[in-house]
Amino acid sequence: MSEKVLLDYGSGGRASQRLISQLFLGNLGNDELNRLNDAAELAVSGRVAMSTDSFTVDPIFFPGGNIGSLAVHGTVNDVAMMGAIPKYMTCAYIIEEGLPMDDLEVIVKSMAEAVEHAGVLIVSGDTKVVPKGAVDKIFINTTGIGDIIVDPAPSGDSARSGDAVLISGTIGDHGLTILGTREGLDFEAEVKSDSAALNHLLVRLVQELPEVHVLRDPTRGGLATTLNEITTSSNVCCELNENALPIRPEVKGGCSILGLDPLYLANEGKFICILPEAHAEQALEIMRADPLGQDACRIGTMTDANPGKVVLVTGLGGKRLLGMLEGEQLPRIC
Amino acid sequence: MSFELLEKFRDPELCRKLLDKMRGELTDELRFMEVCGTHTVAIFQSGLRSLLPEKIVHLSGPGCPVCVTHESEVNAFLDLAGNERVILATFGDLMRVPGEGRRNLKKAQADGARIKVVYSPFDTLKLAKENPDALVVFIGVGFETTAPTIAGTMKMARRQGIRNLRVLCFHKTVPTALDALLSDTAINLDGFILPGHVSAIIGTDPYDFIAEKYGKSAVVTGFEPLDILQSLNQMIEWRNTGEAHVANNYTRIVGEHGNPKAMEIMYEVFEPCDALWRGIGMIPGSGLEIRPEWEEFDAKKEFGIVITDGPALKGCKCGDILKGIKQPDECPLFGKACTPADPVGPCMVSTEGSCAAYYKYKLD
Ligand code: SF4
Ligand code: SF4
Repeated sequence: MSEKVLLDYGSGGRASQRLISQLFLGNLGNDELNRLNDAAELAVSGRVAMSTDSFTVDPIFFPGGNIGSLAVHGTVNDVAMMGAIPKYMTCAYIIEEGLPMDDLEVIVKSMAEAVEHAGVLIVSGDTKVVPKGAVDKIFINTTGIGDIIVDPAPSGDSARSGDAVLISGTIGDHGLTILGTREGLDFEAEVKSDSAALNHLLVRLVQELPEVHVLRDPTRGGLATTLNEITTSSNVCCELNENALPIRPEVKGGCSILGLDPLYLANEGKFICILPEAHAEQALEIMRADPLGQDACRIGTMTDANPGKVVLVTGLGGKRLLGMLEGEQLPRIC
Repeated sequence: MSFELLEKFRDPELCRKLLDKMRGELTDELRFMEVCGTHTVAIFQSGLRSLLPEKIVHLSGPGCPVCVTHESEVNAFLDLAGNERVILATFGDLMRVPGEGRRNLKKAQADGARIKVVYSPFDTLKLAKENPDALVVFIGVGFETTAPTIAGTMKMARRQGIRNLRVLCFHKTVPTALDALLSDTAINLDGFILPGHVSAIIGTDPYDFIAEKYGKSAVVTGFEPLDILQSLNQMIEWRNTGEAHVANNYTRIVGEHGNPKAMEIMYEVFEPCDALWRGIGMIPGSGLEIRPEWEEFDAKKEFGIVITDGPALKGCKCGDILKGIKQPDECPLFGKACTPADPVGPCMVSTEGSCAAYYKYKLD
């Protein structure tokens, strides 16, 4: 039988030492982390963006990634959405007793790959092992910080009437992958998570176009919920053009089977960019030059018609409200 | 049906043509009611409602089984949730329906009641086998669409010798309710968009009285914008020529005589009875009850449950809305005391309810 994570590994004794030095430092180590001090010593000055997030995704492995890479991408992206260059991260693992060691290794390795690719350092970490049932397999918390390079930083309350609304690619891929895998459904055509670190693309974008008003990643609650948050805090109306929304046919098909709305599904490798009309074309060019933004397109316009609301102009040319999600979207099975 | 084929029924060009035609031919107001909640949602979600000419008055009818479940029926299953012997099995959409004192199944579950959300009535067979010491009670709420499957489940249970399964039967039938609506002179309607799913079981014959007895038109309709526009155009045409018909516009799913096999199973196990509809009251012959030959499955008998009409929930205008007398936003509680997060009436709970659709999709 293959090795499992035991409560001993979280005891702080020898077993913990082995786990940390072999698995964590072996994969995630760097000069700062290797010092194993109680806290990391960092050189930060000026305006800093900081973000934290806990990852509890079920299933922990899914097509296109796993909880380890996701924990890096999620936090790196949150920091980068502030017009910042993400530099350092912390990560805390809460592991359920009995998790196969091989699984943990795959997760840590893909976390290592993800930080390497994003160009951030993990400078502090923590590992806890809890009794069976206290968590679901594994939870990971990550915190990231980075230097803000634009002034003012893009912010959810900065959208203005007349701004163009852009999206960096197709929507719904991640959310459908997760729900589909959880329900044990095999989609005919391949649907996989879009989980990716967007920081390099975002940094390029704000360096060339400091005029960007809002950058947001439409994660939980999807595009519809994120846009509602933006219209509420900016007190403008977002008119979305249903025909322009980039949704893969596989995702559309999968959603119609499960009774889900792709507009409310989480994304992990996409961002919304809201900026003055005059810069919209240039922003799209910058995005499309990057593989992570190759499907970027314009999806709507900010207006002052219905402040605080998102209005969907449907394929038929009708208009309707696109509200916030009430509770969780549950797949319909019948 | 394939996805590509479905897209054809959403073709914006064709829809525009039908809308133009409608505008050209409309002389006076046309008041139509869609019976089924899935139509309500489809009309809003596609943006069709904002495109219909002003002279078309759109009303949502009593076509969502959750919305028409009577207060007394809701209280009956909420009471059962407190019974230690019982595991309640239900479709998910009943979980948040509020009863007296705003209790609901979700809260009961948090208080320790054994409640299981099932996706098919057949799941209750397994549940009953796995819990031999408990009595599994399935809440039978729904129209002709769901009743045959539940009848099938009971037949299967008898064949497998399962003795601890009961059905709390609150099933209702659609045509009888439409008859009651049409005979109410306070309700002013020109025609019905008839439900696709219900009609797939019962066919079109049971609706003939709409034209014969009341001189109104009704069209069995699919759920895509083109389906709906086509049916509306047909009804306008007939009205202009002074005709009234009951027609089937959803022939890709609905056969003329429905699904005789499903009907046979349904009436083998159930028989018509009087039923209480929320906000409407008693409609003779509009319910289904378990036949005496199947009474070993009857939860009403087992627990001595009697459904009685009483005063409606204070302030809730569900009745007027289900009858097409009022629009949801004319209810004084709409969007204020009553929202999807904290609903007062079932029309706000059900995803197919008209109050929920108004709240979710309607601009301004
Ligand atoms: S149960 Fe069927 S007929 Fe009733 S509202 Fe839902 S889809 Fe329409
Ligand atoms: S808004 Fe609420 S209280 Fe009013 S009719 Fe609708 S469900 Fe009933």
